Amino acid sequence: MTDLALVPDGGMPWLDASGPNSDLVLSTRIRLARNLAGRPFWGRNSPEDREAIVTTIGAAAQDMPALADATMYRLDAVSIATRRWLNERQLVSRELAGLDAAGRVRSGAVLLLGRSASAMINEEDHVRLQGLRSGFALESAYGVTDRTDRELGARVSFAFHPEFGYLTACPTNVGTGLRASVLIHLPALVLTKEITKVLQGLAQVGLTYRGLFGEGSEALGNLFQLSNQTTLGKSEAELLDHLGRMVHQVMAYEERARTALRRDASAALEDKAWRAWAVLKHARTLSFEETVDLLSGVRLGVGLRILPDVPLYSLNRVLVLAQTAHVAEAAGLSLDADAIPEHRAAFVRRMFEEVGHQ
Amino acid sequence: MNPCQSCHERDAVVRLTQIVGDDVTTVHLCSKCAAERGIETATEVAQTPLGAFLAAMDKGGAPMAAAAAVGEACPECGATLQDFRASGRLGCARCWITFERPLRDMLRRLHGATRHTGTGYARPGAEQLTVPEYRERTRTELGEQLRLAVAAEQFERAAELRDALRVLEGE
Repeated sequence: MTDLALVPDGGMPWLDASGPNSDLVLSTRIRLARNLAGRPFWGRNSPEDREAIVTTIGAAAQDMPALADATMYRLDAVSIATRRWLNERQLVSRELAGLDAAGRVRSGAVLLLGRSASAMINEEDHVRLQGLRSGFALESAYGVTDRTDRELGARVSFAFHPEFGYLTACPTNVGTGLRASVLIHLPALVLTKEITKVLQGLAQVGLTYRGLFGEGSEALGNLFQLSNQTTLGKSEAELLDHLGRMVHQVMAYEERARTALRRDASAALEDKAWRAWAVLKHARTLSFEETVDLLSGVRLGVGLRILPDVPLYSLNRVLVLAQTAHVAEAAGLSLDADAIPEHRAAFVRRMFEEVGHQ
Repeated sequence: MNPCQSCHERDAVVRLTQIVGDDVTTVHLCSKCAAERGIETATEVAQTPLGAFLAAMDKGGAPMAAAAAVGEACPECGATLQDFRASGRLGCARCWITFERPLRDMLRRLHGATRHTGTGYARPGAEQLTVPEYRERTRTELGEQLRLAVAAEQFERAAELRDALRVLEGE
């Protein structure tokens, strides 16, 4: 069992909502997909290949300032509860955690987790470097990931083609290998039913979206991840700039929708926020879906000063820690225990007490 | 068509071969039962942007098959265009050269471009290569592998390498 207490900063320094625009944007993530020259991609490689990839990257990391403090977690050697726990912290993808199919994890699945950057090894590509920042912070998230990439690329040989750029297993990632994602809370656009129009607009300008939990415009908790769709033909700076400009626009739409709601439907809005507050504060059992949905109402109510202040840090923390593997781990239960909804509700109530709302 | 071996109601569309230790079992499943086991069927793959794209290429005059001989395998990893169509994933870096022409066509549609304009890269201790230099290096590598295959009397492998060299030289 991995000692989860040893995860640096809990792996989530972004929770503190210290970044720009953290009232709307929870986090910014940069991912760079890279493959080592001379080894087949996942799907065609052997356990020996994958082990050699872990060894090569692990050895390089020890010598890299960007990953010198990193801890290595072998996902192929831990329980599904631990893998799910790491996935709930957004430290590893569902694919790397082996949560997609029958819960089986591939050999060589490894996470290298440092304080400022991390690397998923043996995901769809040999290595996926990640930088995660609080709030809307494309530049600083890219800065740290780019630095990690340069340091790693100077120590190992990446598969790079002078015309196609960084070669990846899937043609949708080739070129820069860059995926920049902004996790944004858009409750007012959902309430005013403008969200579909906004999301369709993004698709037309080469961006893509998905729910943090759930898919499409049905995103649970009104949390959307907006990211670039294409990775080739534009420089990293152009891709980031384009996404950045569009996110600014979406934030402006959300603010406008919030103003409209306050003006035209203030009683309904206040009722929604207070109901969410009351249920979260007093419920004795909570499903994760309900928790996320109500947290969205509370986050909106706090943002519009309808509700008493709750630090964004606390709201972000609940969002992560109320997930099943976290509740199970904290309560010493199995993932499918019947008592999880009770423990989740108790945890949420405790959060309200901790921030002084008895 | 076989009935699904799980629900015994719908027609099986997927053959699932599972290898656990030394045991190999094969079951025929309908798309619903396959999905419950986390397996994507062609219809589901087609719902993803790349899957839809690959499916469309398959139907609409198959430009990918026209560009590279059907069944032509990557000399490095053995993957074919059919494998790529089925999984949406390439087998290795060399696949990008083996299937260069059909891929370029695909990149144009996916990204609206084929040329990387982002940060450059040179391997440790090496200079960054231009496109002709990269081609030349690949040609040299393949030539060397061909020479070794012939010397070792691995004629099947030699034939694959010769085909790969022809693709490169046909540019």
